[in-house]
Amino acid sequence: MKPKVWVFVEQEEGKAHPVSWELLGKARELAEALSGEVEALVLGQGVELIAKEAITYGAERVYMIDDPVLEYYRNETYAHGVIKLCEKYRPEILLLGATTMGRDLAGSIATALETGLTADVTGLEIDPETKNLIMTRPAFGGNIMASILCPDHRPQMSTVRPRTFPLPEKDETRQGEIVREDLGLSENEVKVKRVGFIPKEKTVNLEYADVVVSGGRGLGGPEGFKLLRELAELLDGEVGASRAVVDAGWIDYEYQVGQTGKTVRPRVYIACGISGAIQHRVGMQNSDLIIAVNTDPEAPIFRIADLGIVGDLYEVLPELIEAIKKEKSYEQ
Amino acid sequence: MNILVSIKQVPDTTNIRINPETGTLVREGVPSIINPYDASALALASKLKRRYGAKITVITMGPPQAEAALKEAVEYGADRIILLSDRKFAGADTLATSYTLAETIKYLAGEAPFDLLLFGKQAIDGDTAQVGPGVARRLGVPLITYVVKVEKLDTETREIVVHRKTERGIEILKAPLPVLITCDREVGEPPFSPLSELIRAAKSKPEVFSAENPVPLERAKLGLKGSPTRVHRVFTPELKSPGERIFVSEAGVSTVVEKIITALKEKGVL
Repeated sequence: MKPKVWVFVEQEEGKAHPVSWELLGKARELAEALSGEVEALVLGQGVELIAKEAITYGAERVYMIDDPVLEYYRNETYAHGVIKLCEKYRPEILLLGATTMGRDLAGSIATALETGLTADVTGLEIDPETKNLIMTRPAFGGNIMASILCPDHRPQMSTVRPRTFPLPEKDETRQGEIVREDLGLSENEVKVKRVGFIPKEKTVNLEYADVVVSGGRGLGGPEGFKLLRELAELLDGEVGASRAVVDAGWIDYEYQVGQTGKTVRPRVYIACGISGAIQHRVGMQNSDLIIAVNTDPEAPIFRIADLGIVGDLYEVLPELIEAIKKEKSYEQ
Repeated sequence: MNILVSIKQVPDTTNIRINPETGTLVREGVPSIINPYDASALALASKLKRRYGAKITVITMGPPQAEAALKEAVEYGADRIILLSDRKFAGADTLATSYTLAETIKYLAGEAPFDLLLFGKQAIDGDTAQVGPGVARRLGVPLITYVVKVEKLDTETREIVVHRKTERGIEILKAPLPVLITCDREVGEPPFSPLSELIRAAKSKPEVFSAENPVPLERAKLGLKGSPTRVHRVFTPELKSPGERIFVSEAGVSTVVEKIITALKEKGVL
């Protein structure tokens, strides 16, 4: 039997999280190195379209559990379904997004299957000799990288943050098989119930923004983010922040970029007053173009910046904002 | 109410430095702290104790120095502190850790069952967020992760209502006790401990559990031996080669701004 490389497809309310497709792209590379197959797991209610979409992103086969008990995510019900499928089909590798859902689920599954799990992986490859999965992740706040193996237990499990791997191309002509499976769990057996949901007023789409304008301690205070927000909005981007200023309470945690925050890979990342501690860099170093503004010429951020500007951000940004406004007025 | 809190002593990762010559971690002088999310779990336990009355048991697995974290937990109102310390626990990954903690909790629950099991959402040294879910699975209790608030705790009907933070908003979840909750930082603020509590903390001494006593643990499931994952290689991350660097003091603001505008246009964002 061919080794199976599995991807858990995360979906909520009929919408798949793009990290699932990013993982299918990586799963394809791993499956090729193993002469194996790429398969996806889709759980939820009314998720057939998502199962089909998984095929267009490279799944050769999709195991689908479509059940009203899976209407919204719960650890109990989703873990039950995934564990059941793993026990039945014995995958070689299981990848999940390092999202709230994926991380919640992964720890439960790995424990039930008594296997190893590596969180927040930034690199995945197959050892050409042993055919084991080499999982690389930052450790100690991103100060070092560690590659981890799980040689004697299966599946080899990893969670991967959104935007770590590129989105593969979608191919509508690709053919694949959808295999329907039963959950085998009824609502009255489930202990946790959702009794309400308060949607976020504004969802911060930092991970998928094309432009991120980030601020650090060099802003001098929380009011500095007004300037960054203005610049970000002019470029249809989002505001980001370093851990230091989030810890200082200048801005919400959901804006934090780095090892303990979000991973971003925008077309342009503008780091303003950020020294660039390694724990920040691991969350943004895959950006296409990095522009850094900092008064300290020795700031580590300059080691990875494509365009490093040594100077006061309060001198540079207001003029930049004016220049962009001028550019935009020509366009109209 | 019987509450268990599981904590971890961690190096303050914001203070970790790398030796640039050897590429290794400089651990000397790095202070150890209670993992901040575990401190939030302790703060929640403390709040619930003041409101409903509770007995708080705090456990940690670690070297003998982890005793300091447990003594600090007493300032939060811990009534019983237990240190799981044994060379056989060394090198444990999250699977072996969850086994060790879960077996200990089962043993303690034999004396008096727990209503609530509190963990931090993750530890800042590893950021795995796996141990809480693993322990819940081993104990067979419902798991609710990323909790930011306890809205209601009904000791009569034995039900809890909590707020759980996701990327899309706040889920309000109801569960019967016992339940295992992993805590985010908003869940509780450290209490102002009265002097008597601080004195009690300073004088406290944890019970130390080994791999055999009082809970006989399966040797093959402990520490490095019981860990399916292996560290294959450790290295310092590669840096990409730096690009152009301009000093505003030399080039002037308008040249710098022009450069940025050109770069933004090249990337198609302007």
